[in-house]
Amino acid sequence: MRIPPKYTQATAVTILGGATVLTIVILVFIIFFILEKGLPVISLNFLTSNPQEMGKAGGIFPTLIGTILLPLLAIIIATPLGVFTSVYLSEYTKETKITRVIRFGTDCLAGIPSIIFGLFGYIFFVIALGMGWSILSGGLTLAVMVLPTIIRTSEEAIRAVPKSYREVSFSLGATSWQTVKKVILPNALPGIVTGIMLSIGRSIGETAAVIFTAGSSLRIPSSLFDSTRTMAVHFYILAREGISAENAYGTAATLILAVLLVNLSAYWIMNRFISKRS
Amino acid sequence: MKLVGEKTVKGILGTIAFSAISALLLIALFILNEGLPFIFKYGVREFLFSSDWQPHLNKFGIFPMIAASLWVTLGAMIVGAPLGVAVALFLSEYVPQAVMRIIKPTIELLAAIPSVVYGFIGVMVLAPIIRNSFGGPGLSLLAGSIILGIMILPTVISISIDSILAVPQSFREGSLALGATTWQTIHMVIIKASKSGIIASIILGLGRAIGETMAVIMVAGNSVNIPTSPFNSVRTLTANIALEMSYATGLHRQALFATGVILFIVIIILNSIASVAIKKRTIKK
Repeated sequence: MRIPPKYTQATAVTILGGATVLTIVILVFIIFFILEKGLPVISLNFLTSNPQEMGKAGGIFPTLIGTILLPLLAIIIATPLGVFTSVYLSEYTKETKITRVIRFGTDCLAGIPSIIFGLFGYIFFVIALGMGWSILSGGLTLAVMVLPTIIRTSEEAIRAVPKSYREVSFSLGATSWQTVKKVILPNALPGIVTGIMLSIGRSIGETAAVIFTAGSSLRIPSSLFDSTRTMAVHFYILAREGISAENAYGTAATLILAVLLVNLSAYWIMNRFISKRS
Repeated sequence: MKLVGEKTVKGILGTIAFSAISALLLIALFILNEGLPFIFKYGVREFLFSSDWQPHLNKFGIFPMIAASLWVTLGAMIVGAPLGVAVALFLSEYVPQAVMRIIKPTIELLAAIPSVVYGFIGVMVLAPIIRNSFGGPGLSLLAGSIILGIMILPTVISISIDSILAVPQSFREGSLALGATTWQTIHMVIIKASKSGIIASIILGLGRAIGETMAVIMVAGNSVNIPTSPFNSVRTLTANIALEMSYATGLHRQALFATGVILFIVIIILNSIASVAIKKRTIKK
């Protein structure tokens, strides 16, 4: 009872191809479902007015501010740490036990669930360092969370810079740091920017790590020590507490648009980078 | 002057390079410090294997949450792993490279969708379907498994594709030259050669499923009970932390951190296994 290869081949194509189509359909469905119900809610007024009755009516203006500030702060902190880590790993040292430990640490950090980051941010930044529920606590927590992404993408980008570039720079008498500054970083920039964009995307959509560190105040923050509410947290509260389905859809659609915009620009930058290379 | 500068730079970079590992150690330290004393005071067995979770009576048994986390994760694997590996095989073996370069990033957008949005889709779309076709509350173990199964797809797909593409082209050519079909090549050559990478992708997906919080809170129902059917409402370890953290104090809060300790340990073990599997692949290559 051997099935002829011709049939197994046809069956395999159908099943594997079907799985691929199914996956794409799920993705498209999720995006369209949210946009279809949410886009009609979005208006200039929705984006620029304050929420009323805990978000039952009115707009989402303060959450836009929170959604911009937290990822921005996270990136400002994590980018230099991540980029310089990858510069050190790829330019200043050989593969040793120490670099293996650093890499393992980075991988582990990347796999830690956001609720653990939330717990850590709460006990460390909010309580131990006395920062309270604030933009600062939230931004620092997110910075730790996106650090591995920035390290990995930067390292890939730096390793992709051709060896000859370094050799030319060294042969002109440049030091390692001059080579890094003038040759390697400029050439790796698109890859590094891609990593930053992906990190911003992840920060925008993050909820569990933010809600316990930045709190959920709907007031417009006046300093880094004020609590804030991001769009993702606002959407979660609206949806879970059944405050307003309409505003929940509007917030979700704004959230999805923001995340898609950030991620698509990341791919766009990466593609231009790749086509320039080859 | 310049030489000193170079050395200083190297020193500074070398210090910065420890930022990620320091962050990891700091996280471990603070979570363990807050949770471990509680576990030992309360009793490891009592904490892990008692089903009595009543914070107001100082009863903290997390067994129902452990069971729920395991079942939901297993369900997510059943949904996500075969689907993800199938997509990875199709994209890397049947589809031209140029097409794959468009479809892969598109599918990776699944990773960009915030988990609260997945949860919301689960509540609005999936739960009613389950409720109407099987009865029960709809917000259930099954709903959680399906949503998590979808959420782990990008992890499984991209890491599997990387390891499948790392199989030398000559292996494929050899197999095809012997008259094998693409499918025969896949299941006799490709899967064998990229096995450890595919397994690593599934383990990393597993880690993601166990750690996911917001989506699970929204779709799994959150009742503390040991599930007896896929249509039961369940509460996972992560959901337990997130649901009660906002108002917990004292012993109760320590118990939640202790739940975090268990989660942290499980995740570190899974990641270590995955990183060994991935390393095995690179060495073999």
